[in-house]
Amino acid sequence: MKNRFKKFCISGFALLSVTVSILVIAEENIASLRQDTPLNAVNESPAPLQNASNKDIKRGRSYPMQPPVIPHKIDNYQLDLKVNKCLSCHSRTQIEESQAPMVSVTHFMDRDGNFLADVSPRRYFCKQCHVTQIERSNLIENNFIDIQHLLSK
Amino acid sequence: MITLLKRYWDIFRKPAVHYSLGFLTMGGFIAGIIFWGGFNTALEKTNTESFCISCHEMKDNVYKELMSTAHFSNGSGVRATCPDCHVPHEWTNKIARKMQASKEVWGKVFGTINTREKFENKRLELAQHEWARLKANDSLECRNCHNFEYMDFTQQSPRASVQHSTALAKGEKTCIDCHKGIAHQLPDMSEVEGWQ
Repeated sequence: MKNRFKKFCISGFALLSVTVSILVIAEENIASLRQDTPLNAVNESPAPLQNASNKDIKRGRSYPMQPPVIPHKIDNYQLDLKVNKCLSCHSRTQIEESQAPMVSVTHFMDRDGNFLADVSPRRYFCKQCHVTQIERSNLIENNFIDIQHLLSK
Repeated sequence: MITLLKRYWDIFRKPAVHYSLGFLTMGGFIAGIIFWGGFNTALEKTNTESFCISCHEMKDNVYKELMSTAHFSNGSGVRATCPDCHVPHEWTNKIARKMQASKEVWGKVFGTINTREKFENKRLELAQHEWARLKANDSLECRNCHNFEYMDFTQQSPRASVQHSTALAKGEKTCIDCHKGIAHQLPDMSEVEGWQ
């Protein structure tokens, strides 16, 4: 009886130590945006926001499946349940007058792949994926190669 | 009643017996200055932003929304106040608008928009009045500051210069057709043409 208890204790301890060591290793290897910055480190105030690029020149994508970026300013564009300023130019009914690129047809699909008559509610908040850009050199180099260029290599 | 009116009419049309012509003309002149000056002063008083936001309906809703826009805070420090956009500057139109505004006094007295919810429910109607007014006068209040003749299209963004040099230049469109909601939040636009 005593022996069995001893065995149980030892195996339990072994299991615990293995779990702890795995956790420690995992914690060290997890890539996070904060990286090594401790949670309690005081954040420096961010640089003031710059004016968004307003050149209306479309940019290529910088990574696979990137949503197209917005090539113009969207300061004070109202985007809430009552108003969608973006769609006042980019909706299917408005593009003829505005000559703006139409919202992609994929945005009319609900999550089951059914096409709706209007933009699907899950795609309504444009700024969730589409963002403006500022005129600046890249902070880090982007070595993304688009699939067409990769295939031709 | 008729006899009473007739008696006063008789007094009114008779020449004055006790007062000199000089007194009457000078008195009339001075009284004119006082009344006309007083009227204009009172009118100008109601034409200030501090008067507008003395009501919480304006201060807590539209004024608060204005504060984050370019017409209130910007790099150059030039700003528009309520009457710059909402009251015509020319005298006859100003008086006409002031007479319309008696409806707003009614609204204030009976609390038509005295809560945020009431205001939001009425917002579309109120906005449509302003859009209609600006559409009818070819966005005159915008043009009091923004003069099309002096617009430098090369300073504008490509989209803006295209629209301004075509639709606006031809008079097909006026400022308010595209620039709705630049100084305040918009109402529910699902029923408004061009926003579906």
